[in-house]
Amino acid sequence: MMQEEVNEATSVLSIYGHTIKVTEVLQDGDTLTFIIVSQKLSGTGEYHVDRTYEDFEWLQQHLYAQEDVPGLQGVIFPPLPVRPQVNASAKVMKQLGFLGLGEWQPYCKALETFLRQVAAHSILRKNKAVEVFLTSTDPPGRQKLRRNIFNRLSQAVEGLRKEGHKDVDEFFHTERDHNLVLTGHTRTAAEKFLDVVLTEQKIAVACGHFAAALHICVENGEDPEKKAFSRVCVKLSQVFDSIKKNMTSIAVNDMNTLGLALDLGSRYLEAEKEMLFRRTCKLVELENARKNAERAKPVKKNAMEEVKKAAEGEFEQICKVAKQEIVQLNQERVEMLQKNLIQWCEQQLQTAKEGADAYNQHLQAFIAMA
Amino acid sequence: MKLGFFTQRYCTVEVSHRCLRTQEWRTSRGRCSRPPFLIPSLPPGTLSLTTRAMASSSDRNPPPFSVSEQSEPGLSDMADGDSDDGEDIFVSNSFQNHPASVSRGVSQPEVAADLFSEEATAAKPNGVHSDDDDDDLFAEAQADLSSDTSGSSARKDLSTSSGLLSARSPADLLPTSLEQLEEEEAKDSFDVDVAVTNPEKVGDGMNAYVAYKVSTRTSLPVFKSKVFTARRRFSDFLGLYEKLSAKQSLHGCIIPPPPEKSLVGMTKVKVSMDDPSSVEFVEKRRAALERYLQRIVSHPLLLQDPDVREFLEREDLPRAVNTQAFSGAGFLKMINRASDAVSKMTIKMNESDSWFEDKFQEVDMEEQQLRKLQAVVDSLVNHRKELCVNTAVFAKSIAMLGNSEDNTALSRALSQLAEVEDKMEQLHQEQAGSDFFIFAELLADYIRLLGAVRGCFDQRVRAWQRWQEAQSTLQKKREAEAKLLWANKPDKLQQAKEEITEWETKVTQYERDFDRIGMTVRKEVLRFE
Repeated sequence: MMQEEVNEATSVLSIYGHTIKVTEVLQDGDTLTFIIVSQKLSGTGEYHVDRTYEDFEWLQQHLYAQEDVPGLQGVIFPPLPVRPQVNASAKVMKQLGFLGLGEWQPYCKALETFLRQVAAHSILRKNKAVEVFLTSTDPPGRQKLRRNIFNRLSQAVEGLRKEGHKDVDEFFHTERDHNLVLTGHTRTAAEKFLDVVLTEQKIAVACGHFAAALHICVENGEDPEKKAFSRVCVKLSQVFDSIKKNMTSIAVNDMNTLGLALDLGSRYLEAEKEMLFRRTCKLVELENARKNAERAKPVKKNAMEEVKKAAEGEFEQICKVAKQEIVQLNQERVEMLQKNLIQWCEQQLQTAKEGADAYNQHLQAFIAMA
Repeated sequence: MKLGFFTQRYCTVEVSHRCLRTQEWRTSRGRCSRPPFLIPSLPPGTLSLTTRAMASSSDRNPPPFSVSEQSEPGLSDMADGDSDDGEDIFVSNSFQNHPASVSRGVSQPEVAADLFSEEATAAKPNGVHSDDDDDDLFAEAQADLSSDTSGSSARKDLSTSSGLLSARSPADLLPTSLEQLEEEEAKDSFDVDVAVTNPEKVGDGMNAYVAYKVSTRTSLPVFKSKVFTARRRFSDFLGLYEKLSAKQSLHGCIIPPPPEKSLVGMTKVKVSMDDPSSVEFVEKRRAALERYLQRIVSHPLLLQDPDVREFLEREDLPRAVNTQAFSGAGFLKMINRASDAVSKMTIKMNESDSWFEDKFQEVDMEEQQLRKLQAVVDSLVNHRKELCVNTAVFAKSIAMLGNSEDNTALSRALSQLAEVEDKMEQLHQEQAGSDFFIFAELLADYIRLLGAVRGCFDQRVRAWQRWQEAQSTLQKKREAEAKLLWANKPDKLQQAKEEITEWETKVTQYERDFDRIGMTVRKEVLRFE
């Protein structure tokens, strides 16, 4: 989700947000280190920093914990991917989904997207933590993370009760329902697509095995019969090699475009869900405050009124920000899906053409042999 | 040395065959020596000579597996690279290129042998006598055939069918005077062509079965008419196989194995004929049965068998029983068990003929390779099927997503994507199907064939063992006789002498049997290749 508009207000960030790249990932035993490169605003060069997943989490916590930002809870925070694990268990792999495929390239891409979105977000980019994260050569503090409201809100117990809470606002009400449906479907689509990609990879491997097995059948000898047979085997093996290549690139295309898009989409929808949930919690709080204020004894009345007013004020802020965010999210989501679908189709078309060419050549070769 | 009772005679043969792919009958004319059936059977001696020459030749120069088939135009237009059907090769054997040479070629080996060797001994063939001359034969043959050898689509599947001509090709160029000598078998004039078509479900419920139409076109006088059909069901085919393998006279022959029984497939068919998977199953079975019959009729010895003729001609066959043994895995197991039993027998055979040992090794190795290939192909096919399923599921989920999207453009795009994915699933399914048909079936077929080859090797071993046993019994009888002689009991002596003579004949007979089998095996293997 890239916001191309540049914030006119003093931006704390000294780099171009859209130039952030996660260029490499180094694996050191069990830890993964990511190299992040970004272009300086002043045009004098680049920042190179290396970060681990803990650093990302640090950043995220700082973003969550900002004080004095009105309506922060209405912000849909760009989702950080799940912690990567080397030699992950099956469950973790399932969680990672597309991001666990390949040699962490999709994962890097996801991190990159995360950073770009943070840098592009009008509210979030102002956080100093972002600047520190992207530019300082020392890894930002890896100290224990402070408890904050978001940790608390992730507790499941309250969540279930409050999720069904009726909303006062029509817009938000429909949005909540819609979000629920969409999240489910997007996640299912992402999972099924992952299945498809995995199967494609398996086919590629099997083709490779077949090609290798055919090579075993090749025998040396002067016998023209044997020679002929060997030649056929070799040719057939080549054919299957190209089938394998084709399949592999199909899988890669899938992964890089639609796969990532679906994955990102589903994570963003989850983030939206969380935001809406926060808002709902605030709503509940507000209603409680109102009730308290009404029922309060004169002694406490003023205090209650204060609380109520504060709650109302917060709630309004949240709603305002939330509305903006939601509208923006929907728009950008559609754009992203569209872009990725187009890219996917183009890449698959390209691969198919190449495959057709290769097969044609093989066919001609076989005809010539006959 | 000329064998006087053969005279030079030709008859024109119309060879008709049907290309499986284009479904059209093609005919060609060729000249061939008198058909095998009309020749009086030769004394056993000739047989051994025959094979000896061939054996020797095979030691040094495995016959360049005939490529005349490949140059046939019918094949060239169907070279879809690796998607060639094995079936096509079997059916469309054509004699368009070398009908004459084919027939001529056949007479050569036997003739050459006749010229060179003296008498029929039961000694193991050694190519000593015929070596030099055979060398020249082959030099010429090679030269001639090299022009034929156009690259090669000599894939595994071709090797089997080209075996039909292999016996002829080495001695292609022997002078025509030798042609006067007739020989008996090892000459496939493709006078008989069979097709299996029209699977129809007969009956209902669990007693239903599928009847196939077996049509034969032939110009052989031994059959009552030129074209005839019969309806057969699967158990009939199995019954035919059973009868053939029980025949003593065919020991040493490689009898083509029938396609496998499949309980699952048949049950599906019994339930409904329209189900696509059962249609596929029936189609596969039909193709396999056709291949099976083709192989049988192209085997000259088998073609002579009255059972085979009866199978092709008679209106109704008695229902074949005892076909449980022939389920696919069971078949292989049977062969394996047989060979295990043989190897466990007390007298271990000394393989004094390295040819057999080599061939056996080859067959073994080939079988291993094929099994490996088969395993890989199986996994490939499975993955493709999985892909079908996954694509379908994905398509559905995309459709749902499209439905729930607000944005109409996106929604439409997603729904279209769902449709595309559906189509892709169809494609994948087709691909999986064709992969399976072509590769897996082919490989399985070949493995079964190799199993049959091994079975025939085993028969030889068993014959040898019988012979040895007979010999040792004879020995014992002789000792007994000697004792009796010493103990001077004239009446018992007489009885002992009778027994001895009896056993002597048995020994000689077994020996001869063994040799005969040995030779048949050799011929068969060469044919097979």
